[in-house]
Amino acid sequence: MTGTLVFLAVLLALCLGWIVRQSINVRPWVAETPGPWAPDRLPPAATAARVGLGVFLAVVTSFFMLSISAYMMRMESGNDWLPVSPPGLLWVNTVVLVMGSLALQLAWNAARHDDPKRLRFGLLAGGAFTILFIIGQLAAWRQLYGDGGFLTGNPAASFFYLVTALHGLHLLGGLVAWGRTLARVRRGDTPARILVSVELCALYWHFLLLLWLGLFVLLLST
Amino acid sequence: MASLGHDATSYAPPLEMEEMELAHPKTFIGKYIWSQDAKVIAIQYGITATAIGMVALVLSIMIRLQLGFPETFSFMDPSSYLQSVSMHGMIMVVYLLTALFLGGFGNYLIPLMCGARDMVFPYLNMLSFWMYLLAVLVLVASFFVPGGPTGAGWTLYPPQAISPGTPGIDGGIILMLVSLALFIIGFTMGGLNYIVTVLQARTRGMTLMRLPLSIWGIFMATVLAMLAFPALLVAALMMLMDLLLGTSFFMPTMVSLGEQAGYDGGSPLLFQHLFWFFGHPEVYIVALPAFGIVSDVLATHARRNIFGYRMMVWALVAIGGLSFIVWAHHMYVSGMNPYFGFLFATTTLIIAVPTALKVYNWVLTLWHGNIQLTVPMLFCIGFIFTFVNGGLSGLFLGNVTVDLPLSDTYFVVGHFHMVMAVAPIMVIFAAIYHWYPLITGRMLDNTLGKIHFWVTLLGTYAIYYPMHYMGFAGVPRRYYAYGETGFISDSVATLNSFISIAAIVVALAQLLFIYNIVVSRTRGEKAGRNPWNATTLEWQTEHVPPHHGNFGPELPIVYRWPYDYAVPGAKHDFIPQNVPPEDVEPASADDPKAD
Repeated sequence: MTGTLVFLAVLLALCLGWIVRQSINVRPWVAETPGPWAPDRLPPAATAARVGLGVFLAVVTSFFMLSISAYMMRMESGNDWLPVSPPGLLWVNTVVLVMGSLALQLAWNAARHDDPKRLRFGLLAGGAFTILFIIGQLAAWRQLYGDGGFLTGNPAASFFYLVTALHGLHLLGGLVAWGRTLARVRRGDTPARILVSVELCALYWHFLLLLWLGLFVLLLST
Repeated sequence: MASLGHDATSYAPPLEMEEMELAHPKTFIGKYIWSQDAKVIAIQYGITATAIGMVALVLSIMIRLQLGFPETFSFMDPSSYLQSVSMHGMIMVVYLLTALFLGGFGNYLIPLMCGARDMVFPYLNMLSFWMYLLAVLVLVASFFVPGGPTGAGWTLYPPQAISPGTPGIDGGIILMLVSLALFIIGFTMGGLNYIVTVLQARTRGMTLMRLPLSIWGIFMATVLAMLAFPALLVAALMMLMDLLLGTSFFMPTMVSLGEQAGYDGGSPLLFQHLFWFFGHPEVYIVALPAFGIVSDVLATHARRNIFGYRMMVWALVAIGGLSFIVWAHHMYVSGMNPYFGFLFATTTLIIAVPTALKVYNWVLTLWHGNIQLTVPMLFCIGFIFTFVNGGLSGLFLGNVTVDLPLSDTYFVVGHFHMVMAVAPIMVIFAAIYHWYPLITGRMLDNTLGKIHFWVTLLGTYAIYYPMHYMGFAGVPRRYYAYGETGFISDSVATLNSFISIAAIVVALAQLLFIYNIVVSRTRGEKAGRNPWNATTLEWQTEHVPPHHGNFGPELPIVYRWPYDYAVPGAKHDFIPQNVPPEDVEPASADDPKAD
C-alpha cells in the first residue's frame, strides 16, 4: 500500500496547494464585479478535454498502483511465490509499443502542422504497432504457458497474467478512441478539426507506454 | 446586461470556455430516454436509485421480521436471512446513496449551480447512466439465478465468499462482482464530468470561493470516489479470478466440506485491505455531499450566511485527505500489529476534528438566524442531531481496545446506521423537499412532509438507540436466530420485537413520502420562481423548471458568494449571486433592519 499512499499523498498535496492558493487572502463574502484577473483561472492550455484526460489518467494510475500494491502484498504473504522469468518476447513487445507511441506522436505533430498525409500515416502506423503489441503479449502468454507458468498454482504467474491483461485492456479501450479518430480522418475531416482527438490518443499512448515500462520493471525484478 | 464596457466597475471577463454546442433532440426518446441533458440524467438516476432502494427497504423489513419474530415466517431461513442482509447493505451504500448523491444531485446541481449550460461531456454522461442501469439490472438478476443473490455479507470477505455452501455461490456472487465492476466503470464516466465541469465550466465571476458548499461537497466526494473505487475494482476482478479461474489471490490453503480445496497460500487480509481502502472513503463519498447540501439548505432556511465558509471548504478537503489513511480501523478484529492499530486509531480520532468543526459551524449558522421551520429545515436539524449521535459512538469504536469487544455486536450496527445511513438519508430528504419545487415547479405537501419527518426521526431513534444497548449487552450481529443462550436475556427478544415494529412504521412513512412525490407532481401547489428566496444560481433561471440549456440566451454573471442572506442595509433579506452591487436595493430609512 505504500506506493499507493505516496501517489495519493502527492495528488492530494497538489490539490491542497491549489485550493489553499485559491482561498488564502480571498474574502468570499465581499461582493464585487469580477475582474479581468481571477486567481483560479486555469492556464489556457488546460482545455476541458485535456483536464478530462488528466483526471482519467489519475484514476488509471490509482487503479494500477493498487494492483501493484496487491502484487507486493501477495508476494510477501504466502511462501508459495515462485518468481517467473518473463518471456524474452516482452523486450520485442516493448520496442513495438515504443514505436506505436512514436507513430502517434508523429500523427499529433502532423495534425498541428495541418499535414493530412502524415497524420493518416502516423495514425495507421500507431494502430498497427499497438495491435502488433497486443498479439505479441498473447504470444508471450503462450510462451509462459508452455514454460509451465500456469494461471493457477503460482501467484507470480497469476499476477503476470493479471497485470498484462489489465494493461492490454486499457490499450484496447484506447484503440476504440483511435478507431473513432481514424474513421473521422477517412470521412475527410481536416487535421485541425481532429487535432484534439489525435492529441488525446497520443497522450494516452505515452501514458500507457510509461505504465508498461513500470510494469515491465516490476515483472523483471520480482 | 446588454453592453459591458471595460471600465473597472462593470467589467466582466470573457467566458473561459466558449459557449458549448448542445444536442437538441426533437423526439420524446431523444429528450427523455437517450437524453444528454444533465437534468434528465439526474432524474433517471434518481428514479433508478429510489427503485432499487425500495428493494433494499423491503429486504430490511424481512431482516427485521426474522429478528423480531423468530420462527414465525416460513419465507426466512438462514440463507435468505444472510442474503437479505448482504443485498440490503450493498444496495443501500453503493446503488442508492452513492448513485443518488453523485449521479442524482451531482448531475442536477453542478451545471445549474456553476452557471453552465450542461456537463462538459454530455455523451459520456448519458453513457454513465446507462452503465449504472445495467449494473442495477445485473444486480436484480442475481435474485433470480439458482441459489439466489450473494449471502457473503456486503463486505464479500473471502474465503467465505468463495467457499461452497455460502448462499449465492452458484451465481449470485459472480453477478454481484460483475455488477460492481459495471457500476465503477459507469461512475468513472460520470465522475469525469462532475470534476471537469466544476473546474472548467463555471460562469464568469464564479470563483472557487464563491461556489455553493453543495458543489464543494459533491466535488470532493467525486475526487474521493475516483481514487477509491479502483480499489474495489481491483478486488472484484481478483476475486472473480479466484472464483472462476481458480487462482489463489485471496484464498488460503483450506479444508472445505471435508476436502482440501484447490487453493493455496492466498491472503484474505489482502482483500480486506483493498476492500476497506475503498470502503472507508466510501463513507465520506456519501457524507461529503450530505455535508455540502446541508450547509446550503441550512443557510437558506435560517436566512443567515453560513458560518466560516472557508473553514467549511478546508474541512471538506481535510476530511477527504484523511479518509484515505483510516481504512484499517475496520480491520482491528482481523488482527494487526499493535503499532498499526495505534496509528489507525490516531488518524481515526484526528478526522473527528474537521468533522466537529463542521458541526459547530452548522450550529453557529443557526445561532441568531431567522429560522424557518420548513420541512427541509426540519430534516437538516434532524441530520445534525443524528450525525452527532452516530459520530460520537464512532469515537468509541475508533479505539482498538473498545472496538475489539464491540465490533461484532449490535453496537456497530447502531453506530453505522446512525452516522452513514440515517444521517445522509435525512439530507437526501431535505434536498428533495428543498429542490422539488425547482425540478417539478410544484411544492410538496407540507403536512405530509412534517408527518414524514417526525415519524422518520423518532422512528429511526427507536430503531437504532436500543441497538447500542444490545451491543453493550453483547448481542452479536449477523445471527439469523439466537435460540437459547446463557448470556442474552429475554428482554433482548422483547427489544427486538419493538425495534421491528418501529422499523415497519418508518418504512410505511417512506411510502407516504413516495405518495407525496407522485401526487404533488400534478396536484401540488404551484411553486413559482424561487419559493425559498434562495441566492444560488439554480433558482435564478428564466423558467421553472429550467429548460434545456439551463439559462436564457446569456449565462449569468456572478458578483457575490451564495450566502448573502440578511445583508445589513439591503431591502430584501437575500441577494442572489447574479445581482451586481449597484443593483442592490437599499433598505428604506424607517426599516428596522437598516442599521
